[in-house]
Amino acid sequence: MAAVQDIDTQDKGGLGRLLVAGLPYLWLLLFFAAPFFIIFKISLSDTAIALPPYTPVFEGFGAIGDFFSQLDFENYIFLTDDPLYVTAYLSSLRIAAISTVLLLLIGYPIALAMARAPGSIRPTLVMMVILPFWTSFLIRVYAWIGILKPDGLLTLLLHGVGLLGPEEQVQIFRTDTAVFIGIVYSYLPFMVLPLYSALEKMDNTLLEAANDLGCPPLKAFWRITFPLSLPGVIAGSMICFIPITGEFVIPDLLGGADTLMIGKTLWTEFFGNRDWPLASAVAVVLLIFLVIPIMIFQNQQKKVA
Amino acid sequence: MKSSRFDVTVLTLGFAFLYIPIVILIVYSFNASRLVTVWGGFSLQWYQTMWSNQGLMDAAWVTARVGVLSASVGTVLGTMAALALVRYGRFPGRMIFSGMIYAPLVMPEVITGLSMLLLFVALGVDRGFWTVVIAHTTFTMCYVAIVVQSRLLTFDRSLEEAALDLGCPPVKTFFRITLPLIFPAVIAGWMLAFTLSLDDLVIASFTTGPGATTLPIKIYSQVRLGVTPEINAICTILIALVTIGVIIASISTKRTELRRLQDEHLALRTPA
Repeated sequence: MAAVQDIDTQDKGGLGRLLVAGLPYLWLLLFFAAPFFIIFKISLSDTAIALPPYTPVFEGFGAIGDFFSQLDFENYIFLTDDPLYVTAYLSSLRIAAISTVLLLLIGYPIALAMARAPGSIRPTLVMMVILPFWTSFLIRVYAWIGILKPDGLLTLLLHGVGLLGPEEQVQIFRTDTAVFIGIVYSYLPFMVLPLYSALEKMDNTLLEAANDLGCPPLKAFWRITFPLSLPGVIAGSMICFIPITGEFVIPDLLGGADTLMIGKTLWTEFFGNRDWPLASAVAVVLLIFLVIPIMIFQNQQKKVA
Repeated sequence: MKSSRFDVTVLTLGFAFLYIPIVILIVYSFNASRLVTVWGGFSLQWYQTMWSNQGLMDAAWVTARVGVLSASVGTVLGTMAALALVRYGRFPGRMIFSGMIYAPLVMPEVITGLSMLLLFVALGVDRGFWTVVIAHTTFTMCYVAIVVQSRLLTFDRSLEEAALDLGCPPVKTFFRITLPLIFPAVIAGWMLAFTLSLDDLVIASFTTGPGATTLPIKIYSQVRLGVTPEINAICTILIALVTIGVIIASISTKRTELRRLQDEHLALRTPA
């Protein structure tokens, strides 16, 4: 690393370097970082029936004193008062946690099988895991509606096999079960790939040594394979857990009226009730919940890079 | 290995789970019957109705333009960001920079979408086509940065150093040596950016305005009304386009890889 930096410092064209790093930097500061301050600011303002539907709190940098005198935590108090929001947050975290565990349980065997496959077919297997990820998220969730509907293909199949009486229908669509199926289906590639890349790097001689010394395969798995794959487990879990917590499309299309998820609540607050300040407060609190997982994820990525 | 039968079973079940819903979706786009559970024979009628649906076609055109523009700008910015992350060692604000590259990958879309919308409102920008392009560029550039970064990390720098030693200016070195070598990753990044833009419903819903309805927004509003074979038809076309794109990209990267290997052999055999 030191050698690489030495070469870099010899580079001429300081202006060019400034441009290469500065342009994406400024772009992200303006369009990714700055909006978070705005969201925070608006979450502290009142709703107004106008466009934009809120009264600004902060006008210009000279008004910092005014700003603090006008701060209004009303929206946050409202969030903690109304059990709907508290329930929605807790239910989102619960659904995300259960989904992540399910994804691990399903994804791990797949990743392990891929890593143990002959080297010649591994790239094809990786390709096959990635390919569904390239097709639209919306399309993949939509595909499940036709399967899970009461008069859908699953009911048809179970009638055909005789597992279900002719009058009965599968009651999965618009329940939490459907949400779990949708989430596991959509996020599976995100779980399998980090696990696979951790497992693939593993040194097989370790397992052989354990085997030679009489360690049973299952014990060898728990003592060697699993601990060595932990970086992949953490990366995969974070990549899934964080976005699932704020997921909107899946609970909206597959979930029922009683499936509470905060992404859906935020969407309704914004598009349905046009309460921008409250929607912003919902987003800020969600972000606070996710700060720790996001930091774990960032840390993990830094180690990989 | 002893447990290879277990592995084969796991992989078969896993891939069945991943692919069967998509296959069903495609098959039923050719169904003559409007009902999902009834097979009424092979028919292309839904492709016809889709084709004559002006709203859908307009949305497809908007989505294509947003995708190309945001993927292209995102690829340029993302490649620059990757170069800065891999090559510039430590620079002031590097922590924040890499944080801003990784955070959008996992940030729930409702938060990103809402925060961008509020920025555009605060800046007094009219929402529409360009705000969607900017929003998509912002999150796709991060994906491009990750893809290109991983290529740069496994990159043999001796060619670059040779060019610089021989007095080739840095900018020229980049375009003649570095860029051709990382090009497969740049193309992969562009394709990823394009499909992500094509795919996005949530961020586009927040940042769009009148006259800039994208295809996912259109599909979503129809899906909410129920499953129709027409949606299956448009989904099938999207899947076909993406699959063809991925296959072409993987063939072309294989070819460039092959050509690179041949060139290296040639270079080794040619006496200096």
